[in-house]
Amino acid sequence: MGDKRLIYLDNNATTPTDPRVVDAMLPFFHNVPGNAASRNHPFGWAAEEAVDYARDQIAKLLDADSREIIFTSGATESDNLALKGVFEMYQRKGNHIITLKTEHKAVLDSCAKIEKMGGSVTYLDVDDKGLVNLIELEKAITDKTILISIMWANNETGVIQPMKEIGEICAKHGVLFMSDATQAVGKIKTHPKELGIHLMAFTAHKMYGPKGVGALYVNRKNPRVKVTAQLDGGGHERGMRSGTLNVPGIVGFGAAAEIARNEMDADAERLSKLRDKLENALHGAMEEVYTNGCKDHRMPHVCNVSFKHVEGEGLMMTFNQDIGVSSGSACTSASLEPSYVLIAYGLGDDLAHSSIRFSLGRFTTEQDIDDTIEMVTKGVNHMRNLSPIWEMYKEGVDLDAVVWSEH
Amino acid sequence: MAYSEKVLDHFKNPKNVGTLDKSSKAVGTGLVGAPECGDVMRLQIQVDAASGIIEDAKFKTFGCGSAIASSSLATEWLKGKSIDEALAIDNMTIVEELALPPVKIHCSVLAEDAIKGAIEDYKSKNA
Repeated sequence: MGDKRLIYLDNNATTPTDPRVVDAMLPFFHNVPGNAASRNHPFGWAAEEAVDYARDQIAKLLDADSREIIFTSGATESDNLALKGVFEMYQRKGNHIITLKTEHKAVLDSCAKIEKMGGSVTYLDVDDKGLVNLIELEKAITDKTILISIMWANNETGVIQPMKEIGEICAKHGVLFMSDATQAVGKIKTHPKELGIHLMAFTAHKMYGPKGVGALYVNRKNPRVKVTAQLDGGGHERGMRSGTLNVPGIVGFGAAAEIARNEMDADAERLSKLRDKLENALHGAMEEVYTNGCKDHRMPHVCNVSFKHVEGEGLMMTFNQDIGVSSGSACTSASLEPSYVLIAYGLGDDLAHSSIRFSLGRFTTEQDIDDTIEMVTKGVNHMRNLSPIWEMYKEGVDLDAVVWSEH
Repeated sequence: MAYSEKVLDHFKNPKNVGTLDKSSKAVGTGLVGAPECGDVMRLQIQVDAASGIIEDAKFKTFGCGSAIASSSLATEWLKGKSIDEALAIDNMTIVEELALPPVKIHCSVLAEDAIKGAIEDYKSKNA
């Protein structure tokens, strides 16, 4: 990463740590070296105090009680703990979990493991906007259902699920509601109690905090929710997650939460304008450009766009010396399967292969967006000039009628 | 994943991009792959009837950088070769020349298939 100005539009993968967060963390590597579980000397007390303070900062962001925040190593661990922990804890009540086909792999693979452990999991379809069908959701509930796990906002498209309505369905049927809120916390308002969410997974590094620290919100009252620990050890975090706390990481997480609480509304307003500028400019500059997912219920900083008859990874190569984005193309994966999320939205494989995810962040500037519009437009035109199917499309060939040699 | 210099060079400055008249008897066209799989290659050769030498080759490819580089390289290699010499081009020589990683070997297979397809088309027109 030399002197050249690079444009980072992959904030859904991870966000840069805010310099204010880094400043808050630094004393806790050397000056305050204690283990928060060391209860009998000043080093331990200082560390514990710092962790308590961070826990409060995070609880405030969620409008929750600080005792409802369980620290983990990240959202993947939080998802695992919530799903497997509920499955084990509530076995006597039932063994059925309902989730969506568009969930993150941390949820889907935990569910697959639960099926191997004797659980039963329903994976619901979404509509062409990426939204859950509430009628189908309610119909899927049985007397064995213990948990509904639905992500707050999708990582690939930013589509936001109707959390309030899902919470009402869960309350009506006495089913626990868990949400992987990794992409939403710190960027939009996420108050679990208000929406009837009982468990919520999130992580610091998607909200300008450090990597390697996450949390699980566990509802404490009405009902008091418990999860079976997945790591055995010292019984930290109210017995739900053993392991020495990552004090500098947690301090950074807390600082990031406080900054988010103060600034996320302004960030969201600024970023949604930049995102719309980018999206509108790409649609305006070229034909056969498609936005994937519901535009009305979407995170303010994300857009997922398909450029028809251009392969996403090839397109990225035209500008990836300057811009960092992600693609739903599967060209780098051995499976050759494009994004399962976009496929679940009903996109054809060809459009899924042609998709690019732009995710803006706190440090994105208008100049970044202007440059991106120029470079992406140039890249799409370059790739279309090279594309035999674009040529066929322009000649009026019916591409669906062509007999392709699948490989 | 970082690409090799050779892939990057072919990708940025692809050689022999274009379209030959597919209805001409002297032109053979190979179209392989499928949009659903994320890559489609069209490779064309123009053969000099008297000498049997490939005098021109063009391609267009929908795909990743390695697919574009593989087809660009194939067209370079095809020019000046006889049909038999062209048939002898093996996908592994493309892999070696471009230093393709294992997940990209299918791109070179596709290029070999496209060469064979173009030759087959030319032969069937001139049988």
